Amino acid sequence: MSMAVLLMFAAYSEGGEGGGGLLSVNPGLAFWTVLIFLLLLLILKKFAWKPILDSLDERESKIKESLESAEKARNDAQALIEENRKNLSKAEEEAKKIIDQSRTYAEQVKTQIMEDSKAQAQKIIDNASVEIDRKRQEMFSDLKNQIAEISVDIAEKIIRKNLDKDSQKDIINKSIEDIRKN
Amino acid sequence: MDSTATAVVDTLKKAHSGSDNSWIMHHIQDGEYLDFTPLGKVYLPQNLFGLEWLDISRHVFFLFLVSGLLTFFLIRVAGRYKKSLVPKGIANVIEVFIIFVRDEIAKPTIGKGHEKFLPYLLTAFFFILFSNFLGLIPFTATITSNITVTATLAIFSFFVIQGGGMMKNGVFGYFKGLIPHGIPVVLLPIIAVVEILGLFTKPFALAVRLFANMTAGHIVIYALISLIFVMQSYGIAVVSVGMALFVYMLEILVALLQAYIFTMLSSLFIGMAVHQDH
Repeated sequence: MSMAVLLMFAAYSEGGEGGGGLLSVNPGLAFWTVLIFLLLLLILKKFAWKPILDSLDERESKIKESLESAEKARNDAQALIEENRKNLSKAEEEAKKIIDQSRTYAEQVKTQIMEDSKAQAQKIIDNASVEIDRKRQEMFSDLKNQIAEISVDIAEKIIRKNLDKDSQKDIINKSIEDIRKN
Repeated sequence: MDSTATAVVDTLKKAHSGSDNSWIMHHIQDGEYLDFTPLGKVYLPQNLFGLEWLDISRHVFFLFLVSGLLTFFLIRVAGRYKKSLVPKGIANVIEVFIIFVRDEIAKPTIGKGHEKFLPYLLTAFFFILFSNFLGLIPFTATITSNITVTATLAIFSFFVIQGGGMMKNGVFGYFKGLIPHGIPVVLLPIIAVVEILGLFTKPFALAVRLFANMTAGHIVIYALISLIFVMQSYGIAVVSVGMALFVYMLEILVALLQAYIFTMLSSLFIGMAVHQDH
């Protein structure tokens, strides 16, 4: 509807203008438009659109590439972390195993040493007791000999003393007294 | 519709009897001078090429200006990309539109092989965009509100559409593809006539749509302002200026929208010509 109004308006005004109306085509302007637009198209195509569109494409592919490489780097890093974790847990396990092994080994060595030392101690004790026994025996026989000697000495001394008259008398008296008491 | 139209004409006749309304047309149409009223007029050189019809008129002048601005800005933007792939300043603004035309207009409508048509679509889009916006600045003229300019643009679109279709499908294959499959032989002549006519109505609609949209807004603004003088009252000025401002805002939207629509439809028609099976 607005179009119809506009056309009516244009048609009406055409009478009043005298010159070209709103809808009249001006060949000079058409010529200039064709010329200018063609020139514009050629110039812009060569100097504006081609470089701009090329750099836009280049930028887009660059962004895409960067994103892809970033993604790849991320995946690589992820894999690396995973591997590291695996290695770490493996190492931990190994360390644990080694510690366990050495612990049992140490335990073994300990018991071995204990047993050995116990046995040795027993041996030493046995040896010592044998030695002590031997020494005692020796001492005992020594003592016996000495006692025998001393006894002989004492006996000798007693016998010598017995030769004393008074003491004989005393003994006899004591004996008599004992008997008397009984 | 008729009643509205006759009412408008009646009003115009009445207005014409009282005062002269030809100034609106005068401002919208082409002329021999640059109008800086009230500062004065600058007459353009006439008979420059010895042929009267090749004279530089107001619209030819603004045609030069628009093309000059476009070349200047776009080549500068292209230079920016040579230094760095990261856009800066004005390149950001231009890039938004370039990517919009490429990704939202050409790619979805033409699909594969849209790169070949991008230079034309981009040039048409920026030419119309700059023309429309330049026309919104006071003392300038809107070259897209001249049917000659829009018709020429539409003829360019017409040639690109037909050329694109013929390059893809071959000349004979293209015309054969215009006629849908499975049409009875009896209907063939009628369909052929309709389809051939359709080839011309599409660019015609393009031309008239752009011209009418860019003209109508200006006429409405002028008409609203002229209300002040028709009513001969200061009170109406507040309403008039307010409404004119509103229409002006609308025109900013329309300026962008029409550049988009012209490019979008051209691209759509190219797509239809290139991929005829759809």
